[in-house]
Amino acid sequence: MQYALLIHEPASEFAKRNGPDAGRYWAGWMAYSQLLRESGVMTGGAGLEPPTVSTTLRMNGASRLVQDGPVADSKEQLGGFYLIDVPTLDDALAWAAKCPTFPAGAVEIRPMLPPPPSA
Amino acid sequence: MNTDGADPAFRVVEQTVRESYGKLVAWLSVRTRDVALVEDVLSEAFVSALSTWPRDGVPDHPVAWLLTTARRKMLDRFRQARRTAVVDTTHLEQLPEIAVLSPELPDERLGLMLACAHPAIDSALHAPLMLQVVLGLDAARIARAFLMSPATVSQRLVRAKTKIRDAGIPLSIPDVEVLPQHISTVRDAIYIAYGTGWEATPGEMQTRGLATEAIWLARLLPQLLPTDAEARGLLSLLLFCESRSAARRSRTGQFVPLSEQDCGLWDQAMISEAQTVLAEAAAFRQPNRFQWEAAIQSVHADRCRTGTTEWPVILQFYGELIQAAPTIGNRVGHAAAVAEVHGPRRAIGMLDELESPLIQFYQPYWAVRAHLHHRLDENQSASEALTRAMALTDDPAVRHYLSELATGWAMPTQ
Repeated sequence: MQYALLIHEPASEFAKRNGPDAGRYWAGWMAYSQLLRESGVMTGGAGLEPPTVSTTLRMNGASRLVQDGPVADSKEQLGGFYLIDVPTLDDALAWAAKCPTFPAGAVEIRPMLPPPPSA
Repeated sequence: MNTDGADPAFRVVEQTVRESYGKLVAWLSVRTRDVALVEDVLSEAFVSALSTWPRDGVPDHPVAWLLTTARRKMLDRFRQARRTAVVDTTHLEQLPEIAVLSPELPDERLGLMLACAHPAIDSALHAPLMLQVVLGLDAARIARAFLMSPATVSQRLVRAKTKIRDAGIPLSIPDVEVLPQHISTVRDAIYIAYGTGWEATPGEMQTRGLATEAIWLARLLPQLLPTDAEARGLLSLLLFCESRSAARRSRTGQFVPLSEQDCGLWDQAMISEAQTVLAEAAAFRQPNRFQWEAAIQSVHADRCRTGTTEWPVILQFYGELIQAAPTIGNRVGHAAAVAEVHGPRRAIGMLDELESPLIQFYQPYWAVRAHLHHRLDENQSASEALTRAMALTDDPAVRHYLSELATGWAMPTQ
């Protein structure tokens, strides 16, 4: 099955990206990404810029409502995601458990929709 | 159609349902991942059996017949719905041969139970899901036992089954690293299912409680997982508790506390089975929560033989139990055992140390506290605690018992 591992990070983790701990922060993510790639389970993914540079669009009829910031103003924000292909949720959980976001952040494991049925 | 049940075909259907239902659900679910669909087609297959077996005779291999019928219905559904879910139908297509070759289905119920109690499923649904999927209990019965509305139960069970299918929750036995954690949720769910009948009166027990069903599951678990000491600990504990079910209420339905129960009413065969199972568990030398709880119950059961309760032994076991599982209930039980061995003053000191948010709404804490103060002739404190205990119980029989106690202690209760 295909899963998205959605990495939710608190502001303190986003701050590490450019802080004094940046070297260690990035080294952890590099190692994790490399592990996923080399084990052959990773099918995609991306890191995301922090929610402070995010923009949210809603449409009111034909007029755009553009807002500064993310959709939901929650304590943890999406910091990036991995797409993996593994047999079961337990395998996805085992990969997610190795993620360097812990203990500060959380990982949401969301199955990807299967491809539409062929006609 | 003959519906009086006299036709032997009906009995075969009934017997097959009872003996093979969970196995059939497990076998088909493992291969299709769609528990709700499996339940649907199986119930259709049972209906077909009821209409064709009395007419055409009972097939040589009833289980194989049911599997074949269920499989055909499932393939029909797949074709009709052009389901989007990724389903491997290879196994389904091979099914008739497999079934005829081995009428004894391989038992894959452990995987099914693990899926029902998977940590990714809301823990409040573990027991209801297991009772429905493994035992075939209907939502109305489950709703009564768990004090929920049938509509809510149905809806939440459907959602949980959808999650098993769409989130890729495995229906197999996981790796050794996660197996202990997953098995513990299965044990907890069975324990919770047993607890549903705990406060029922003897008359209600048949309709409200699920004690029999829970014990059935608790018996199954050590068969499926022979190396799990705690599975035996759980079975032993439930058997000890169940052995006293006839003594827990007086003939008029009044609550009878353990210390006042007539042990002549205890089921000695069940006690002896509980003791055997506990000894088997102990042989693994992996004592844990359920084994310590069962050990405590076994000391209580000895009162029948010896005429006394060995409180120092109970206290020692409680000491181990609160190391293994420092829950509020176990700590209150520990304090009650301390009172029997070292006196009520020391026990009150221990109760005082428990954090207030935990004990505020915990009925047994206040009941124990009332008894302890009463023994020290601290009537004001005893009365306050008793009033609290009465307010916190949902069980009219227990409330009645406590109010009798208040009368006996000659104290006013607010």
